[in-house]
Amino acid sequence: MSVENPHKIDVSKLDEIIESYGAKKSNLIAILQKVQEVYRYLPEDAMIYIGTKIEGLSPATVFGVATFYAQFSLEPKGKYEIKVCDGTACHVRGSMPVLNAIRAKLSMPEGQLTSENGLFSLETVSCLGACGLAPVVVINDKVYPQMTSDAITIVLDTLMKEEA
Amino acid sequence: MTNEIKTLFIDGKEVEFTDEPNLLEVIRKAGMNVPTFCYRPDLTSFGACRMCVVEVEGRGIQSSCTMPPEAGLKIHLNTEKTRRIRKTVLELLLANHDKSCLTCDKSGNCELQQYAEEYGIRKIRYPDKALEDYLPVDDSSPSIVRDPNKCILCGACVRACTEFQGHSVLGFANRGSKTVVQPMNGRPLGQVDCVNCGQCAAVCPTGALTIKSDIENVWKEITNKDKKVVVQMAPATRVAIGEMFGLPAGENSIGKMNAALRRIGFDLIFDTNFSADLTIMEEASEFLDRLKSGQNLPLFTSCCPAWVKYLEEHHPDMLNHLSSCKSPMSMLSPVLAKFVPEQLNISRENLVIVGIMPCTAKKYECKRPELTKDGKADTDYVLTTQELGRMIKEAGIDFNALEPEPNDNPFGEYTGAGTIFGASGGVAEAAVRTAYEFATGESLENVDIKELRGTSNRCRDIELDLKGTKLVVRVVSTLKEAEKSIQDIKSGKAQFAMLEVMACPGGCINGGGQPRSCDNSKTKEIRAQGLYKEDSELSLRKSHYNPSIRKLYNEYLQEPNSHKAHELLHTIYKDKFTGSYKDI
Repeated sequence: MSVENPHKIDVSKLDEIIESYGAKKSNLIAILQKVQEVYRYLPEDAMIYIGTKIEGLSPATVFGVATFYAQFSLEPKGKYEIKVCDGTACHVRGSMPVLNAIRAKLSMPEGQLTSENGLFSLETVSCLGACGLAPVVVINDKVYPQMTSDAITIVLDTLMKEEA
Repeated sequence: MTNEIKTLFIDGKEVEFTDEPNLLEVIRKAGMNVPTFCYRPDLTSFGACRMCVVEVEGRGIQSSCTMPPEAGLKIHLNTEKTRRIRKTVLELLLANHDKSCLTCDKSGNCELQQYAEEYGIRKIRYPDKALEDYLPVDDSSPSIVRDPNKCILCGACVRACTEFQGHSVLGFANRGSKTVVQPMNGRPLGQVDCVNCGQCAAVCPTGALTIKSDIENVWKEITNKDKKVVVQMAPATRVAIGEMFGLPAGENSIGKMNAALRRIGFDLIFDTNFSADLTIMEEASEFLDRLKSGQNLPLFTSCCPAWVKYLEEHHPDMLNHLSSCKSPMSMLSPVLAKFVPEQLNISRENLVIVGIMPCTAKKYECKRPELTKDGKADTDYVLTTQELGRMIKEAGIDFNALEPEPNDNPFGEYTGAGTIFGASGGVAEAAVRTAYEFATGESLENVDIKELRGTSNRCRDIELDLKGTKLVVRVVSTLKEAEKSIQDIKSGKAQFAMLEVMACPGGCINGGGQPRSCDNSKTKEIRAQGLYKEDSELSLRKSHYNPSIRKLYNEYLQEPNSHKAHELLHTIYKDKFTGSYKDI
């Protein structure tokens, strides 16, 4: 199993993360969460590293955990993580037009996780627990309530201008 | 807990139990049975397949493989409800299954096929697996073929990989209807650190994990008139092959095997037991040399190709401990290549060497570049015990009616020390028998070193007295146990001078290529007893008394560890540390 390293995985950074939680099988999810926070996704090499470093785990086992939970991503996420709530309340109040407006604005067809320039990633989530504000969009940790196609386009325009 | 006898009721019958871990074991002990895919007595209970459900009065439906027995329970195995659940499970599994049973490698041995037949599944109420949901078959490994379309997600292979070998090459991935069992990120099995032990295939209830077949290749060679095909068979095969023809486990069928191989068309029949004796000559001498010099101790045995691959890939810094001796199979092949062409007056190119092995990893071993000469593999093909059984059936041979026949000489003669190589502890026992006499110059009176035997205890330390020199020999089976011993060495806790490792639990008699026995954890012990019985019945029981071996040394090899012996019988190992943090 030859491992190329296109991601330039910083082993000392991984060691630091593993050490901070303790190199134990039971800390795997916390470790993966931290790794995802640092890299914005779970690089394959990082999973292999963790799987060989912690006793009782293996790369295949770590991969199993990473693919079991929806919170983990195996593809790089954008600088801005857009979460469109499509729970029941948001859905009936029009989350789909909002989602389609985002796709159109960012030229992202269905199934694409991250925009071409790597700035935005887009996913739907099932309920954010803010049904009173439906439809809700969360970008990174900021909540945008009662969205419409026009409103979300303005929000995206603002972010794109900041990045330009 | 004491072994107090308690009772419970199965279908109204009072049944005794003591320390059985679950209801299923109690049911089986009482001579009854329920179907199961995922329960394997040597692995932890998983409760995944829901086939073993029973109705427990007051508790409803329970999976018998996960429920501990309690005194006074009233359980029912065969009720309207349990039948309905099992049928639904079967229908759901079959709906999602590649049902090309007729051409499946597991056909006739498949538990899904068996239960579908027993439960009279004639119609499946659910739509068939969609064509676009079929996943590619992985045949990248020299030993194992993985067909995810036949996987029922019982998890037996994942547990075998983790609990036996300790490094989980196979794991579950994804979730819900997308769940698959696969190596890391779906990589080909042939490109990850799989040791090819085949225990995953041995516990797989369906055709999802099967042994890669070399039967057609061997038939082709046998049919080719220009070729002479010679064969050697490992010790463990003779006490298991009979199981495929209804004979009891442990019955020594070597004579019938010789006869069957001749009927099939093999030209000369030799025995790996001969080269097991040869291995002992070399390895015992190597061991004594190391004891004298104090270097590279403890000595690791090197017969098990899964263990060798594991060490190369995970602990290359320990390779100096590994005996440089080739495995018995790989010792005999170059000896045959050297002497048989002359004997038969043919060229080496026209000699085909086949090994019959209890082992799927031997299929990998025979492809190791270290074990080739002039670009030609020393051993051309390895067939597992299962494959030989199939060839015997294909050839229309009535195995049970065969008259036992002897094998061919000189590479067929063996001692009892050679035959016990097939059981965990056997290599160490054989080595001690010879090493004692080499070291002390005295005769070892009691050759039965019973402390080294036993298939259930996977790690044993035995102290030996080499005429004043006390030393400890450790015997382990499974790589999980081997890893613990390696950690003992690295942390300076190890006191042993020799470490015998066999990757399969209980040794080669329980190898991945043996006839299926995963539903019965006693089979391996019975097979081992078959080998110890043959050992006790042979007149010669120490390798260095094998007359053919003595002749080989007198006429060619000169002495153990000589230059010629090294050329023919020893090998090298390589640092193959991959798939780990060192690469990144």
